[in-house]
Amino acid sequence: MDTQYGWLLNLICYLPLAGALLIIFFIKKENTGAVKLAAVSIAAIDFVLSLPLWFLYRTDGAEFQFATQMEWIPSVGAQYLFGVDGFAILLILLTTLLGFISVYSSFTAITDREKEYYVFLLMLQTGMMGVFCALDFVLFYVFWEVMLVPMYFLIGVWGGPRKLYAAIKFFLYTLVGSVLMLVGILALYFFNAGGLKAIGLPGLGNDPTFSIPHLYTIAPQVPPELQFWIFLAFFVGFAIKVPMFPFHTWLPDAHVEAPTAGSVILAGVLLKMGTYGFVRLSLPLLPDATVKAVPWVGLLSIIAIVYGALVAMAQKDMKKLVAYSSVSHMGFITIGIFALNDPGLRGAILQMLNHGVSTGALFLLVGIVYERRHNRLIAEYGGIAKVMPIYATFFLIITMSSIGLPTLNGFIGEFLILIGAFNHSWVWALFAASGIVLGAAYMLWLYQRVFFGELSNEKNKDLKDLNLREQWTIIPLIVLAFWIGLYPKPFFDRMQPTVDNVMKRVSVAMPEADLGFSYGGESETDHAENPQTKHGE
Amino acid sequence: MSLADFVPFLPEIFLAVAGLAVLLLGIPMGSRGSRPIIAISIGALAATAVLIFLVGRPTAGPQLILGDMLVIDQFAVFFKVLVLIASALALLMASGYLDRAGYSSGEFAALILFADLGMFVMVSGANLASLYVGLELMALSVYVLVGYFKLEVKSNEGAVKYFVLGAASSAVLLYGISLIYGTTGSLDLETIRSSLTGVPHQNVLLMLGIVLVAFGMLFKVAAVPFHVWTPDAYEGAPTPVTAFISVAPKAVAFAMFLRLFAGTFASEVDHWWMLLWIASAATMIYGNVAALTQDNVKRMLAYSSIAHAGYALMGLVAASDNGTWAVLMYMGVYTFMNLGAFGFVILLESKGYAGERIEDFAGLARRHPAAAAGMLIFMLGLAGIPPTAGFMGKLYLWAATVEAGYVVLAVISVIMSAVSLYYYFRIVVQMYLKDGEAEGEAAPQMLNDRWTGTAIAVCAVLTLVIGLWPAPLVGWAKSGLSALGF
Repeated sequence: MDTQYGWLLNLICYLPLAGALLIIFFIKKENTGAVKLAAVSIAAIDFVLSLPLWFLYRTDGAEFQFATQMEWIPSVGAQYLFGVDGFAILLILLTTLLGFISVYSSFTAITDREKEYYVFLLMLQTGMMGVFCALDFVLFYVFWEVMLVPMYFLIGVWGGPRKLYAAIKFFLYTLVGSVLMLVGILALYFFNAGGLKAIGLPGLGNDPTFSIPHLYTIAPQVPPELQFWIFLAFFVGFAIKVPMFPFHTWLPDAHVEAPTAGSVILAGVLLKMGTYGFVRLSLPLLPDATVKAVPWVGLLSIIAIVYGALVAMAQKDMKKLVAYSSVSHMGFITIGIFALNDPGLRGAILQMLNHGVSTGALFLLVGIVYERRHNRLIAEYGGIAKVMPIYATFFLIITMSSIGLPTLNGFIGEFLILIGAFNHSWVWALFAASGIVLGAAYMLWLYQRVFFGELSNEKNKDLKDLNLREQWTIIPLIVLAFWIGLYPKPFFDRMQPTVDNVMKRVSVAMPEADLGFSYGGESETDHAENPQTKHGE
Repeated sequence: MSLADFVPFLPEIFLAVAGLAVLLLGIPMGSRGSRPIIAISIGALAATAVLIFLVGRPTAGPQLILGDMLVIDQFAVFFKVLVLIASALALLMASGYLDRAGYSSGEFAALILFADLGMFVMVSGANLASLYVGLELMALSVYVLVGYFKLEVKSNEGAVKYFVLGAASSAVLLYGISLIYGTTGSLDLETIRSSLTGVPHQNVLLMLGIVLVAFGMLFKVAAVPFHVWTPDAYEGAPTPVTAFISVAPKAVAFAMFLRLFAGTFASEVDHWWMLLWIASAATMIYGNVAALTQDNVKRMLAYSSIAHAGYALMGLVAASDNGTWAVLMYMGVYTFMNLGAFGFVILLESKGYAGERIEDFAGLARRHPAAAAGMLIFMLGLAGIPPTAGFMGKLYLWAATVEAGYVVLAVISVIMSAVSLYYYFRIVVQMYLKDGEAEGEAAPQMLNDRWTGTAIAVCAVLTLVIGLWPAPLVGWAKSGLSALGF
């Protein structure tokens, strides 16, 4: 663990919270201008502060960098342990960027109780960042649950007509998942220490600790049966968050009712918590159970991909369509992770970013027309391209990014995931590929119905095109989409140590032949972009 | 027994004298409102705390006093301090409340002090007889407190129900004690313990005795199926009394429970764990599910406090060191969260029984943002969501339960805490998501009562601070452990 610049990580994590407190205590709620200014500057400063992580992270350095280690609850072995690797840094950057964008995009959308709104938005950001930084299970869990509270209020106060139902459903679903996860954490904790008495399982007798890096080292010793149960507990927690079929039913409600910024954060960052959990915790901590679970998780992912896409196609409401497309895209990410090979995992991690960028942008774009028309039904629109050319262009680019057109970000991620899935089994690849086709179908059909054809609806005739502020909420995401699509190497460089570590830890439980096959497949397909993978072999 | 034996007993003696003094002072000072009397009583509680620090704490290991009737140990000190804090906070909340309702404060404060005395004896009892005496002194004071609003029908009803059922449960407890005495030949906890260890016991009468004692204790902590008195007593009692009896008597009942079952009867764990397992699961399930449909906040909090007894029982079922200190910890955090929540009910109780309907919280976030934020903290705490103390309390209970291998019980409690979130958040929904002005009638105003406000603020700060930095309380709760082995 490398503690250099540890303060920076803490600063990035807690700055939004400090800003929220500042707004609570020093700005009157009538003074909405000052509230907005304060919120957006805090979010912007936070984003700028997080940029050095990108440059300071050393791919050849310690696994976890920017670390902080302090005592917290010594008598049970919980520490204040912060630290990030390349994977977490990418997600933190995504969080700070989307955090800034969601604050900036809310200026006109939110006209009621602004002060509370920005306070909750900033608190949420600290909660999300804490999840990516925490390397101690108790700390991780605290942040994991803390972020539910502001999200509940964002949906519940500023949401759509069924906001109360959607908010409590979101909260309860994710809460049940996460407390079950906690039981799994405790089982692992006691296995490391004194054992579980009543079921006669002796522990390893180590000092009790919740430190995730320490628990990595004991992972191979956890008996398979215990791994199975812990994996199940973790799986429920993460699968609800992702959300995987059949735990996805909270997602359309929450997405549709949430205000635009809430949907952006929800799709962009909150859903990534589940996949982050799989990569950071399930795979390396429970290798044996992971390998055994592969067919089942694969099956659920395939169902999510196909089912999500088909349901998305049938939607009449734009936001609901995007919400179901998330189910399908997240299925891609889980299938990439559980292919358990290098290209699959790299593709999955990249696709987490891609999904944050493109789905976040889609929600922003849908939110923009909703703000103008207060209507999201696809049938209400048509021929919008004539009155809103800039909007139509942006929407087109993001649509292409979402369906995986080469030169844009989605392509790279989906391609790698397909390779990974194919290396595992051609059936997986077949279904995953069908998901891409379906994805293209519903997105292009949506685009066609909204933007082309006759401008038949009177109400749409004088729709205003994007103003400068709205353009600048989308442009960063478009730039990112092109960057990842054209030159993803810096992203792969940063995630490579994580991928190698996870693969090393999970391969303990993999039969040799399987391992050789997946790595063999990778070297053919990896277009010399990544010298490190080769050298890792 | 020498005079020196009485020195560690000085806090209790002082409490008794202070109780009598307050009772007498109440007569001449009654006309000047409740504040002076309450202030004097809180001063007496503080002086008791100082006395505990000076003479009433163990210097070198547990110390038996007064003919082995009482024991002075860290375990007792933990609960004594908790009781003192809870009483002081309840008195702060009661001051303005009694003035508004037009009842005198002298007897009220005296009864609280006498109840405290009973609880002190209860938590440090080393003999079944002294435990029982302490329990009854506490219970009798509390019965009267519940019926303190003598002109309110609800208050009387609650008191009578509580008294009748409480008396019956005391009889059951006493019968259990007599059976234990009959089979072991002693009332002394240490003697009973050593006569139980190492000898295989198939004595049916002894088992029956232990089971009956367990029933009596389950009544005192308001566990299912001995909970029926709770909602009525809690709803009928004056709200500061409800706040008080939902925390302090429950905490000391758990102290006695632990001393008996984690200490004295520990070797018989194979015989009683199943009973407590079922009681714990049933209490969590029933308390939480019944609370879902309550529209009266006091009643809802009553059911929620039943549910919390179920969580704490998990620590007893675990029957381990970790389980024991987890209960101590949980009682510590629960006290502050629950007192704080009741404090808000008091503040909203401006007209008659207002503040008791959930709708009375409507729009609170707009009119009193700080108050709404405080209530939010308590609701999150009671539901066990970090970063509040409630989470830290539950974490250790779950840990102990998982360690002991009762994973099913842990999973039940986990699901039930999610259920509890739903009804706690009904209040949050009212505060933050409802307007409160479109309801037709004028929204109940929040009282501006500094004393109650202070008590609530203390609870809120502690709930947050313990949630973020639990190490000191954890250390303190753990220090109470050594006591149980005597």
